[in-house]
Amino acid sequence: MADNPKQLSADDFRLVTDEDKKNLDSEKITAPSLTFIQDSWRRLKKNKAAMISLVLIVILFLLAFTSGFWQPHNPNDANPNLANLPPKIPGIDINGFNGTLNQGGTRVDAYAQAGVGKSVHFLMGTDYLGRDLFSRILYGTRISLTIALVASFFDLTVGVIYGIVSGWKGGRIDNFMQRFIEIMLSIPYIVIMVLLILVLKPGMSAIILAIAITSWINMARLVRAQTLELKNQEFILAARTLGESPLKIAFKHLLPNLTSVIIINMMFTIPTAIFNEAFLSYIGIGISAPQASLGTLINDGQKNFQFLPYQMWYPAIVLVILMIAFNLLGDGLRDAFDPKSRE
Amino acid sequence: MVKYLGKRIFYIVLTLFIVTTVTFFLMKFMPGTPLTNQAKLTPEQIHQIYKQYGLDKPLWYQYLAYLGGALHGNFGTSFQFSDQPVSYLIGTRIGPSLQLGAQAMVLGTIIGIIIGAVGAVKKDTWVDTTATIVSILGISIPSFVLAVLLQYYLGLKLKMFPIADWQGFAYTVLPTLALAAAPLAETARFMRTEMVDVLSSDYIELAKAKGLNKMGIIYHHALRNSLIPIVTIIGPLAVNIMTGSMVVENIFSIPGIGEQFVKSVLTNDYPTIMGLTIMYSFMLCVVILITDILYGVIDPRIRINK
Repeated sequence: MADNPKQLSADDFRLVTDEDKKNLDSEKITAPSLTFIQDSWRRLKKNKAAMISLVLIVILFLLAFTSGFWQPHNPNDANPNLANLPPKIPGIDINGFNGTLNQGGTRVDAYAQAGVGKSVHFLMGTDYLGRDLFSRILYGTRISLTIALVASFFDLTVGVIYGIVSGWKGGRIDNFMQRFIEIMLSIPYIVIMVLLILVLKPGMSAIILAIAITSWINMARLVRAQTLELKNQEFILAARTLGESPLKIAFKHLLPNLTSVIIINMMFTIPTAIFNEAFLSYIGIGISAPQASLGTLINDGQKNFQFLPYQMWYPAIVLVILMIAFNLLGDGLRDAFDPKSRE
Repeated sequence: MVKYLGKRIFYIVLTLFIVTTVTFFLMKFMPGTPLTNQAKLTPEQIHQIYKQYGLDKPLWYQYLAYLGGALHGNFGTSFQFSDQPVSYLIGTRIGPSLQLGAQAMVLGTIIGIIIGAVGAVKKDTWVDTTATIVSILGISIPSFVLAVLLQYYLGLKLKMFPIADWQGFAYTVLPTLALAAAPLAETARFMRTEMVDVLSSDYIELAKAKGLNKMGIIYHHALRNSLIPIVTIIGPLAVNIMTGSMVVENIFSIPGIGEQFVKSVLTNDYPTIMGLTIMYSFMLCVVILITDILYGVIDPRIRINK
């Protein structure tokens, strides 16, 4: 009986005595009161897909940013003797992971052919210059995640400030700021990014600037819409009547009420930014050689896809996993922060 | 309505003017010249080439000349293909891109609407889960990965469709599929949310209470009302397809403007890049204008001149 709390027996009930009545306060809330963030976190924890994605993202972050200390090979070390070796994982003897290649119908040990010792392993094989694909993918993941951080930073700063100022000021300033956004939106953002990168010479800093200029627009629009709504609510009017400075109102009253909009939108900016970086690197104007990005790795791998499919599969799978994880986490956060949207 | 249209067209012209100006000056600030690598040219020869392209004139003169030309549909001559006007280059290449884009848009939105609607009607069943997985995958798999996979497995391995080139409808199937995936997923996601919302509204409850059959309710009441907001995402979907077409056309070697854009970017063909940038903005402006007008026509509750 005792280990099944749902089944109660008659012994579990007794009449309320006068003594109990004195101690009981029917107005008292016994459950702990939860803040907005705690409440959302409680809802998020129930969403399995989002939680798995969150764990995955944390793991990928840790792997990618610590890889400098433990990566098996230097991602930029080229060695023509080791070119195009298939994946070989110690202890696993399945075709595709044991260092053998299909050559003319028979499986050949590519590692023996290349004349490397038994102790040499490339977990995901090597590319056409003999660079370790696993280390390069880790490096590319680090670039993608850096881009994610950069994009969310600009979303949080430029996007939020632009939106709040535009919504709060209203009138002519708002009109002007909205026209500017409309112009930005009527050029495909990828064209803006390409033009900027051409002017700045391809590279990491050019990509970061291109993302800085294009990524904040959606955030600014959503924050503005929300600010317009909040602006006329009583608590803001009260704060204004009491002579609170606009800056303080923005930080104390607007921002806390904008949290959910900001977090949800940020989670959808990130996969877009990761995609854009991969896209630009893929067409050849993003991260430049010898540095690796998931986009350049996919582009390199695609040339050999017919014979060495692993060279494209691995970076593509990592990129897709990143995108899925951020998208699912974004979905989960939207449901958690905005439970109304769910039903 | 006429006043609204006039205002919108004024803004489009203004936008295109700003786009032209900004791209013109960006291109002028570009490091290097088209002749940087031609060290063997004598100063006289370089001067002559500059003269031929009008590069010896002061900047403001070049700018005004370019603006004037652009008004007449003249965007200069391509650096890459000598003697080919940019407008001719765009004119011959826009057909395939428009066809692919339209096919991908129609296919993507229609299948997306069906998947989203079915997911919403069968909410919280395996059908819904499958629909969600499809839309998450569609959003997460980049078009360039999908295009290569389609080309290899459906084209090369199964020989169902031609691998590349542009010679008829069969050649459009794989690139259309690759381009349609993202709009499909986006529409399905949007549609599901919208439809779930509509299905729980009062007039659906009333229709149920009146005893209408389920298909009738879904078709006549729920589907139609959920379709209206779909119009708003057509603009972003068009951007999506334009972006995708740059890589997809490249992978399937289709002579379209997306492929041309990437090629021009890689060869520093500034006049072509400028012409295509203006072209892309123009197309996007037109798409946005059409969707805004459509929105008012479809839903009488939204009055255009408010």
